[in-house]
Amino acid sequence: MDSRRVPRTVSDPKVRQVGFFAPAAPLDRSESGPPAPTSSSPPVSDVSPTGNSLSPVMIPPPRHLSTDLSRHFPLGPPVSPLRVARAADTSIPVGSYNPSEFSTPPATAEDPLSPRWGRRGSSGKFATSLPAGGFDMALAKQKNAVNLPPDGGSNVEVQKEQKAVSGKALKEKTTKAERRALQEAQRAAKAAAKGEGSKTPAAAVNTANSNAGKPVKAVSQKKDSSSIAASEKKGGDRQLDKDRKKDVPHPRMQFDDANRVEKAKKRSVVKQTEAKNRVELFRHLPQYEHGTQLPELESKFFQLDTVHPAVYKVGLRYLAGDISGGNARCIAMLQAFQESIKDYSTPPEKSLIRDLTTKINGYVSFLIECRPLSISMGIAIRFLKTRIAQLPLNLSESEAKVHLISDIDRFISEKIILADKVIVKHAVTKIRDGDVLLTYASSSAVEMLLLHAHELGKQFRVVIVDSRPKLEGQKLLRRLVGKGINCTYTHINAVSYIMHEVSRVFLGASSVLSNGTVYSRVGTACVAMVAHQFHVPVLICCEAYKFHERVQLDSICSNELGDPDAISKVSGRKEINTLDGWANSENLQLLNLTYDATPSDYVSMIITDYGMIPPTSVPVIVREYRREHLWI
Amino acid sequence: MWYRSASFILDKQQQQQQQNDTVTNPESRPLSPASTAMAAENPNANISMYYQTRAAHHGVVTNDWLAQAQAAVGGNTDDSVSDNYVSGGEEENKRYSVVDEFNNWRKQPELAEAVAAIRALASVIRSSQATTMMELEIELKKASDALKSWDTTSISLTAGCDLFMRYVTRTSALEYEDFNSAKSRLLERAEKFGEISYKARRIIAMLSQDFIFDGCTILVHGFSRVVLEVLRTAAQNKKLFRVFCTEGRPDRTGLRLSNELAKLDVPVKLLIDSAVAYSMDEVDMVFVGADGVVESGGIINMMGTYQIALVAKSMNKPVYVAAESYKFARLYPLDQKDMVPALRPIDFGVPIPSKVEVETSARDYTPPQYLTLLFTDLGVLTPSVVSDELIQLYL
Repeated sequence: MDSRRVPRTVSDPKVRQVGFFAPAAPLDRSESGPPAPTSSSPPVSDVSPTGNSLSPVMIPPPRHLSTDLSRHFPLGPPVSPLRVARAADTSIPVGSYNPSEFSTPPATAEDPLSPRWGRRGSSGKFATSLPAGGFDMALAKQKNAVNLPPDGGSNVEVQKEQKAVSGKALKEKTTKAERRALQEAQRAAKAAAKGEGSKTPAAAVNTANSNAGKPVKAVSQKKDSSSIAASEKKGGDRQLDKDRKKDVPHPRMQFDDANRVEKAKKRSVVKQTEAKNRVELFRHLPQYEHGTQLPELESKFFQLDTVHPAVYKVGLRYLAGDISGGNARCIAMLQAFQESIKDYSTPPEKSLIRDLTTKINGYVSFLIECRPLSISMGIAIRFLKTRIAQLPLNLSESEAKVHLISDIDRFISEKIILADKVIVKHAVTKIRDGDVLLTYASSSAVEMLLLHAHELGKQFRVVIVDSRPKLEGQKLLRRLVGKGINCTYTHINAVSYIMHEVSRVFLGASSVLSNGTVYSRVGTACVAMVAHQFHVPVLICCEAYKFHERVQLDSICSNELGDPDAISKVSGRKEINTLDGWANSENLQLLNLTYDATPSDYVSMIITDYGMIPPTSVPVIVREYRREHLWI
Repeated sequence: MWYRSASFILDKQQQQQQQNDTVTNPESRPLSPASTAMAAENPNANISMYYQTRAAHHGVVTNDWLAQAQAAVGGNTDDSVSDNYVSGGEEENKRYSVVDEFNNWRKQPELAEAVAAIRALASVIRSSQATTMMELEIELKKASDALKSWDTTSISLTAGCDLFMRYVTRTSALEYEDFNSAKSRLLERAEKFGEISYKARRIIAMLSQDFIFDGCTILVHGFSRVVLEVLRTAAQNKKLFRVFCTEGRPDRTGLRLSNELAKLDVPVKLLIDSAVAYSMDEVDMVFVGADGVVESGGIINMMGTYQIALVAKSMNKPVYVAAESYKFARLYPLDQKDMVPALRPIDFGVPIPSKVEVETSARDYTPPQYLTLLFTDLGVLTPSVVSDELIQLYL
């Protein structure tokens, strides 16, 4: 995402500039430069070669670098040999934005530049500007070694070649002092990489990308402006996909792929230990031994620098199971993000849009490590990222932050809280006096509905069906009975017995997929099927933001595995110990699923904030919702 | 939704328009504030006005109904439907009532209730003395509410009013600075809407011709003007088919349909309502109308439709529904009892002991899984598309 922003934000004004302005124009552009790292960025004059007053902290932003470069070209060829060599190597001015080359050219592009800074004799600048470059190089090397891009070795070959050539050029041209500086920079980069922890790859990719891209463009832009603009955009878009792959472990990573799991583990903050015997069909899902990491993570609370404390706290609460339920988790996450945005300040050489997205990505990967994302959270994250990406470029940092925070607030209130109220309003019309309503486990929407119907004075009875091991229904039961609602509590084993006296089944959902399949707490499908068999209407209460365009036919390909111990043991009953010590047996595989998929055949109606719809109309809502989403 | 109306079919078939001469220029009907036959408030709230009107229109009048109607209106029976009221002058606009206007329109047997309501609402705009858009809108809202509350059992009336409000007020009219031009724009739209609704039946008849093949046997339940139109068009197109008509107790609407079909020289066989399953194996398709099409894609129609659909489903016969799109309602019944009940008296011919309870509900709900296709003026739809259209319209 951020990487796509890079070429666009930088190139757009540039195109205009080349088309209509004399070479003096860049100065003008950098002053009004939209993505300038806002408040903390030094004024342009500081960066210019004459202004040596840079403090070590003030890292000249890369974009200024580029403007500097371009401003200097007409005056003379200060770095021409290097630049020409490099340009010849890459041989395609456009090429640096080809996604295939994207992973290494950063390093090559940066190498010749950094010494040039040194030659101009400002040592302060030298030291500060270098880390980025060296960093990239370290990263690039590492990437060459470990992380071969999936789309083929040929790119890598090319990249290596380039590197060699540019390295040679470097050796020839650099003086002793410069080499030492370079070394220092590399060392600093390594240290930084270590410190950065799990977030590093993502951040580094971005910085590399941004730093490297600009000088190259500054060079190439002179040659051919129009073609660059077009190709840059294209390349940028494709980069986005690639970048996303590297950023965070994919939410639906296949955990039976040993390679990827290995890589993901290296990055992770939470060191989850994996359960040993997993059921064959579900190998692709992550399964961890629960409860072992919590104390350790809690102790890490004050040492962690990559993850904001609020996010960390929420993550731990997910891990401990304090927060559950799609809406609750989503709201908690969004509020934590709000906190982190409040405390956020853009690092000097970065732009808010890119850096914040990277940060959020880091948080998200941390949260995924704690517990796989629910679909509602995935959608909320997507919302937040698009909001960040759509921030007007001329906003100051504080304005942008206020923008984002209020956006999040609005998402929570409109899409979740208000939506629930509308759902309750619709659903309550379907409750008549004398009804017996059945609900399964604990859904916040259904609970609100029952309470509201009770407040309206409707006479009804509630059957709460529950199941081990979570026994979430008990909490719901407690709250409903506390309000004076007549309740019956039973376990799912008895659902076929109790169903004949039920007149309506109200269920919550984690998500509704576009083929009408309802993705919800495990056991829901069973209840819905029994209800269908008994000709009892099944009503699903689900906010429209949880609708997902995915199609899923079974509960296998995407699911979440719970703690297998939870089903092999019964807490509080020592005498049930038949399975004690069997956990490591080769022949025993415990399966504790968290979700299941209810086919749309068993669903009579879905109640959303857009009204009551049949399950066949979910795609319409997904489509309309998306549209509204775009221009809100 | 409306702009997609398949009215082009009509334009192709202009020459057939002459045959549709049962309605003689309804636009020219004068207003008559003097109509006291139907008071502004529903005279008998227990009985569905909708079904009374139908009974009156279809000329099948039960004894019970006559007695009740007489009691309600104080001896002034008004079932001479083609009566022409002479205009009493429009100066009395102060006590102008949209319901009177509606009742006026409603007296034409060929004019659907919803179309009557649409025409009445259009005349509200025309005769409105409002000076601002807001005022006009409020007035319109009040009028449509009055219409809706006048007969809550009529789904098409409610749906027609709602659709009218959506269609007419959701326009660019508000962009006009001049109130009069905005008003005339509204009026234009209202009239267009009325026109489309009026044409709907013809469009449906044209669309459904592809489904009627030579030698087929069609089972029809109840009296539906749309279905009659479909069959009439088919007969005019020289299709060879025969029709089974159910009797349609208690108001024997099937009898009337069989009369009409006999006039068209279509072979008709009359069945009693309970003979549906017996004769289903001879039937090639089931054709029914609808009182309302609900959001699930199911229909609410005259009592007995559901069981016919069930029988047809179990014998794998297609069930086709002919319904104008102004019958699309934002309702979602979960089961048979989850509807506003429309009651009507039932004449059993013999006195019923007072201890015996009588099910007087006039209609039932047929869930979408028992329907094959819906013929509407928006095109031939599967049941699931209905909800899509409704969502797009009301969202």
